[in-house]
Amino acid sequence: MIAWQMLRFAVGGLAANKVRSALTMLGVLIGVASVILLLAVGNGSSVAVKNSITALGTNSLTVSSSALRGSATAAKKLTVDDAKALATAAASDSPAIKSVAPVVTTTGTALYGNISYQPGSIVGTYPAYFETSNQKVAHGDYFSGDDVLNARKVAVIGSTTAKQLFDTEDPVGKSITIGGTPFTVVGVLQTKGATGFNDPDDVVIAPLPTVQNAFTGFGSLNQILVQASSAETTAEAQSDITRILMGTHAIQDATKVDFRISNQTSLLTARESTTKTFTVLLGAVAAISLLVGGIGITNIMLVTVTERTKEIGIRKALGAPRRVILGQFLAESTLLSVVGAGLGVLAGIVGSHFSIVGIKPVVIPESVLGAFAIAVAIGLFFGSYPANRAASLRPIDALRHE
Amino acid sequence: MAAGKPPVIQIRRVTKSYGHGDATVHALRGPSAPDGSPLGVSLDIEEGDFVAVMGSSGSGKSTLMNILGCLDVPTAGRYLLDGIDVGHLDEGQLSLVRNRKIGFVFQSFNLVPRTTALAQVELPLAYAGVRAAERRRRALAALSLVGLGERAGHKPNQLSGGQQQRVAVARALVTSPAMLLADEPTGNLDSHSTEEVLGIIDRLNASGRTVVMITHEDEVARHAKRVIRLVDGAIISDVRQAEVDGPPPALAVEVGV
Ligand SMILES: Nc1ncnc2c1ncn2[C@@H]1O[C@H](COP(=O)(O)OP(=O)(O)O)[C@@H](O)[C@H]1O
Ligand SMILES: [Mg+2]
Repeated sequence: MIAWQMLRFAVGGLAANKVRSALTMLGVLIGVASVILLLAVGNGSSVAVKNSITALGTNSLTVSSSALRGSATAAKKLTVDDAKALATAAASDSPAIKSVAPVVTTTGTALYGNISYQPGSIVGTYPAYFETSNQKVAHGDYFSGDDVLNARKVAVIGSTTAKQLFDTEDPVGKSITIGGTPFTVVGVLQTKGATGFNDPDDVVIAPLPTVQNAFTGFGSLNQILVQASSAETTAEAQSDITRILMGTHAIQDATKVDFRISNQTSLLTARESTTKTFTVLLGAVAAISLLVGGIGITNIMLVTVTERTKEIGIRKALGAPRRVILGQFLAESTLLSVVGAGLGVLAGIVGSHFSIVGIKPVVIPESVLGAFAIAVAIGLFFGSYPANRAASLRPIDALRHE
Repeated sequence: MAAGKPPVIQIRRVTKSYGHGDATVHALRGPSAPDGSPLGVSLDIEEGDFVAVMGSSGSGKSTLMNILGCLDVPTAGRYLLDGIDVGHLDEGQLSLVRNRKIGFVFQSFNLVPRTTALAQVELPLAYAGVRAAERRRRALAALSLVGLGERAGHKPNQLSGGQQQRVAVARALVTSPAMLLADEPTGNLDSHSTEEVLGIIDRLNASGRTVVMITHEDEVARHAKRVIRLVDGAIISDVRQAEVDGPPPALAVEVGV
């Protein structure tokens, strides 16, 4: 009953200065909303990295050529022979290697009817590429080893490319022309979704010799994609690859290899920890704005107490106990922070539906509860100083206040 | 009045001074000792009495009243209210005393801004922990007593000065305090409103409430049973105009006519 009374006094007190109360609440609102939103952005980017780890495919190792430092001879490029050596080893004495896919990448413009579109990349490879890079066909089929052997002009296209070229039409069985070469579309890949860096769905994948024949020539490869047999054997697979390629490239010194094996999963794991740091930093910035909002409450409550000193004196003369005065002003400051925080939660959640700098925010439920609780605590904490000042005024001093 | 009942107010050698050293102002000093030091004011007020405190501006009337109302503490001396030494009470007990035993009326009304007359009068009851329904009933009764039953929903800025002061009186008497202290209650009022407010105070005193009222108008002091005059913080005269047990002079005249 007394609590209800206090709440009514508090609402009355705040309503007496609507603009001021609204601005103070706005401070808390911005603080809470930014905590929720910035943490959601940080979290969203780490979720995106996590997704791209799964999108990359399991246990994949990428072999690419690297410049040889301190050597007179130019780096030997990766070739189909290297890939074949790896594949042979995989079949015989190297159980850590599950499959091998040589990769060439190029760009070009694809035509379908009178529609022209430039896909993000055109990839020439072996069927093993699909599993290694975690690309699944949603509709139609993969191209086969037979297609590779016969250098057939077939292609599997990503969902973005399919949308651009065919819109709602079914691409399977249709023919597209890339750089003068007609390709028959045999399959459309499942959508993976953009990860913020590039669009893995904007791609045309065709048999290696077909792409080499039409565009890149039969020279070097861009990469060799190797799938380890399991997560545990990636290190073993890596050393097998090094050993075999040192053989094919005739290198004795392990420090002078002319190729690089990158384990994308570990790379991305490192990037994930970077995004965590990023999230913490964002959270810290947001927390500061919440603190500033809290200081705003203290400021406004101090003004309120000064303005209402006479009223406090009247109430004391009527026998208001210390705790009632304390409670009244604490109720006001807490109400400011609760309403501000409530609206902040709302704003944060609404705001997180928009993508920010290419990142889709993912709200952390704990951050909502946490930001709300902290804001309310801040209201109590920052309101307690002015409230205490009000409550400990001597009645006669308060009454004499001008 | 039962014989032997102690006075409701007893002050003993009370002084109040502001400032230090040469700049000291003795707002209450009482008679001077042979060496010139203040001896302090002593005063007893019986239950049911109606005392007017008079004196020129700066003579220490408000200072005395604020001490009686437990709003201020004396520099020296003792104050017994209903036999209790107020100087020994802590902050919480003092707020109880202010709430239950004293009703204060100020010259400048001192209503809580933006608050309806009803809520205004309910305030002391709310601080006393009275339930909402009971609070409302008693507040409405107090407001009708001062003739403002119809104005319960009005805020201070919607009321005339006289009406505001009547709300303040209703607020002061709603807890049925032992005494009503009024510091120039009619100082800011026109003659008509003065009559209304004094009429209410007369009736309250007639019903047994002790009243102490500051005024500098003889016209107003005529309503009191006893008139005390202050000069420079000391009592220089103390005149009884009517018996403590009888009706206040204003009402007695009406009966006499
Ligand atoms: N808070 C104060 N600080 C300093 N002097 C004060 C204060 N209050 C009152 N006084 C002084 O005490 C004397 C008595 O004041 P007061 O009791 O208000 O007089 P009255 O009500 O009779 O006009 C005056 O001289 C006044 O200046
Ligand atoms: Mg005065």
